[in-house]
Amino acid sequence: MNDIAINIDKLTVAYDAQPVLWNISLKFQKGKMIAIVGPNGAGKSTMIKSMLGLVSPVMGSVTHQDENQKAVPYSELKNRIAYVPQNTSVDWNFPTTVRDVVLMGRYGHLGWFKRPRKKDKDIAKQMLLKVGLPTFAKRQISQLSGGQRQRVFLARALAQEAEVYIMDEPLAGVDMKTEHIIMKLLKKLVSEGKTVLVVHHDLQTVETYFDEIVFINQEVIAAGPVDQTFNKQNIDLTYHRDRNVGEGG
Amino acid sequence: MSMINEITLIAVVVAIACALPGVFLVLRGATMVSDAITHTVLLGIVLAFFITQDLNSPLLMIGATLVGLATVWLIETIQRSNLVSNDAAIGIVFPLFFSIAIILITFYAGDVHLDEDAVLMGELAFAPFRRLDLWGYDLGPQSLWVMFIILIINSVFIFFFYKELKVTTFDPAFAAAIGFSPVVIHYALMTLVSLTAVGAYDSVGSILIVGFMVGPALSGYILTHSLNKMIGITVIMAIINSVSGVRLAFFFDTTIAGMIAVVTGSTTLLILIFSPKKGLFQHQISQNRARRNLNKEIEKMA
Repeated sequence: MNDIAINIDKLTVAYDAQPVLWNISLKFQKGKMIAIVGPNGAGKSTMIKSMLGLVSPVMGSVTHQDENQKAVPYSELKNRIAYVPQNTSVDWNFPTTVRDVVLMGRYGHLGWFKRPRKKDKDIAKQMLLKVGLPTFAKRQISQLSGGQRQRVFLARALAQEAEVYIMDEPLAGVDMKTEHIIMKLLKKLVSEGKTVLVVHHDLQTVETYFDEIVFINQEVIAAGPVDQTFNKQNIDLTYHRDRNVGEGG
Repeated sequence: MSMINEITLIAVVVAIACALPGVFLVLRGATMVSDAITHTVLLGIVLAFFITQDLNSPLLMIGATLVGLATVWLIETIQRSNLVSNDAAIGIVFPLFFSIAIILITFYAGDVHLDEDAVLMGELAFAPFRRLDLWGYDLGPQSLWVMFIILIINSVFIFFFYKELKVTTFDPAFAAAIGFSPVVIHYALMTLVSLTAVGAYDSVGSILIVGFMVGPALSGYILTHSLNKMIGITVIMAIINSVSGVRLAFFFDTTIAGMIAVVTGSTTLLILIFSPKKGLFQHQISQNRARRNLNKEIEKMA
């Protein structure tokens, strides 16, 4: 099997003594649009953070596929993976411009010390055009609406020119226009063979937007193609039960 | 060079050296941590002095910087335990280290220059009397050279790690994901804050360093929306505050560092109130305008 972009194997993550994720095993297929859903506190953000090496697991591992189709840890192919954190996680009063935030998407390719060059600035400009904010380059980020912020974050991820895009709630609190633009761009990425993982909160749009779905609530409740896995039973299992971790299904 | 000019020059160099790391302290919301560091480095100075018995030893700088880092580490370890709030962690560590240092000074170092008054307030007026002599040549005040070197170190660090400082401050999670460790940058910045604090001790004293670090940077933060400009304004404010502070101190014949801190506090407050972009005054005007418009709308509907 060479079409696995990310392989999560028996991943267990705990903050202090409290397990947040319990024995998660998942394989994400390349070239798919994948939704990760679950209630608040289910460990969705923790799961994607452990895929990005930001959280170290108590047990288990996460590997990504490199260009030679070998499974390697995240640290060896950072530049092939783009990350969009929740847009509420940063201070939007930070003194900087839209263009400079998008340029941060190039920093990983540049490495330490090196400054962005013309090529990087051109890429940033292109990506701003793609997300529909071409005239916003010099705008201060404090002046953006919620939807515009999210599009700037997407432009930054696009500027990473990655193979895999991991996004935490990119559609939370955005306007219809932004949602439309973001989903159109993500579909295009998938059609180019890229893999897109999205932490998603709106169950009503799952069937329209995604190929695959993972239900998690500390454990994996269900995972698979949306047309087979997205059903009332799995939704109920994920959202309407007081679950005790470690007691199994 | 006349004495007032020498003092002004030292004040300007100290002010800029402190203000540069201050920019990132303000943006990271770490001004109170820096307040703690600027005091606890004293413990490092005292401990290193006991080992070397020499107030001019470079070991004092190293000892102080290490204790500065220990302060940051201990504060953050206590914060991570979630047992107390973040500012309480600072409130535990800072007085503990600082008071140990003060007790050690009063016990053992009674006869040397290391006295509490100098440590708390510093005295710029005496700075020109300690000269740096090399092969019989007078190279100027020693503290001018020390602070000048620290200023160069701070500038070089910010120049080379500009992009790293920016991304780890704005979005630490993203920065870590693309390979720029926020922890490494954080501790590097705190090392510089500690080093700057030790260097500025002689001339400014521990109480006022934090004013030198935070005031100009806050002015820059309030006056602009761009990081480059913020650094520029911060440096300009540091110069304005220190030059006018020295002049006023001579005019009123009072403490120089204290006067610079008063000027810094006053200019920062004035900018906070009257800044055309983010000032309190402007904020109030636009709020009143919004409220009037809303009232009109409501009247129309009624």
